[in-house]
Amino acid sequence: MPSLDDTFSALSDPTRRAILSRLTLGEATVMELAEPFEMSQPAISRHLRVLEEAGLITRRIEGAKRPCRLAPGGIAEIDQWLGPLRQALEANYARLDKILEDQTKERKDKPHDND
Amino acid sequence: MTMTKMTLTTEGDKHVVVTRRFAATPEAVYRAHMEPSILQKWLLGPDGWTMPVCLIDPQPGGKFRYEWADAKGNGFYVTGEYLVLEPSRRIVHVERMHLPDPTPENHVETMFEPDGDGTLMTMRMTLPDAKARKEMLATGMEHGMEASYVRLETII
Repeated sequence: MPSLDDTFSALSDPTRRAILSRLTLGEATVMELAEPFEMSQPAISRHLRVLEEAGLITRRIEGAKRPCRLAPGGIAEIDQWLGPLRQALEANYARLDKILEDQTKERKDKPHDND
Repeated sequence: MTMTKMTLTTEGDKHVVVTRRFAATPEAVYRAHMEPSILQKWLLGPDGWTMPVCLIDPQPGGKFRYEWADAKGNGFYVTGEYLVLEPSRRIVHVERMHLPDPTPENHVETMFEPDGDGTLMTMRMTLPDAKARKEMLATGMEHGMEASYVRLETII
């Protein structure tokens, strides 16, 4: 079972996050994954090994190819993908709470304020 | 302490639903979604981002444009159109992110309902299909991970 440290470490690299984004669209080979990057296939393979060890992707053997897909139960699970959106929205609404609180205070201080 | 816990869930293949309670009137929460000077203070996402441009034409069929930037010079923008505006009650709009290529259209209905002395907001996003929804969430990951990773480091 990969540790949370492995997972975060695997996710800390922009290339690996881009690979995961690509895999949300479906299975892909190393060649397909390397294509959008200016990177050699061995370099992409090293990234894939990190993702595999972190439990984020799985690979199967198909002749000479080893296509990759998101691991079931890994970050691929749709609700896990909600995490960053959740953080962004929670940060937004915490700021909005403060603004609304200040407005309410202002209105109490100045009851004849035009609204 | 007012209960402000947010819920965020997926529904079916195409929807994302958010609920959140605010300790303010529906009028105030609606206004905070429609006035550029207020939006620029809160609709910022992860720490470190600002919204230097916020243009809104607040009428049905009117367009809006939000531009975000961070200190490192990264940026992206969202454009959209309002379909329905019921002051203090409901906003229906479509939007897409430009990264810089436009993402699939996100249809968003935001409702503001009186809830005791506050407001219950329900925001329902509808993407064209499951793939588009995944792409939207993956994009959020691209923009959100850096900030959350930094935060994790500061906690440790």
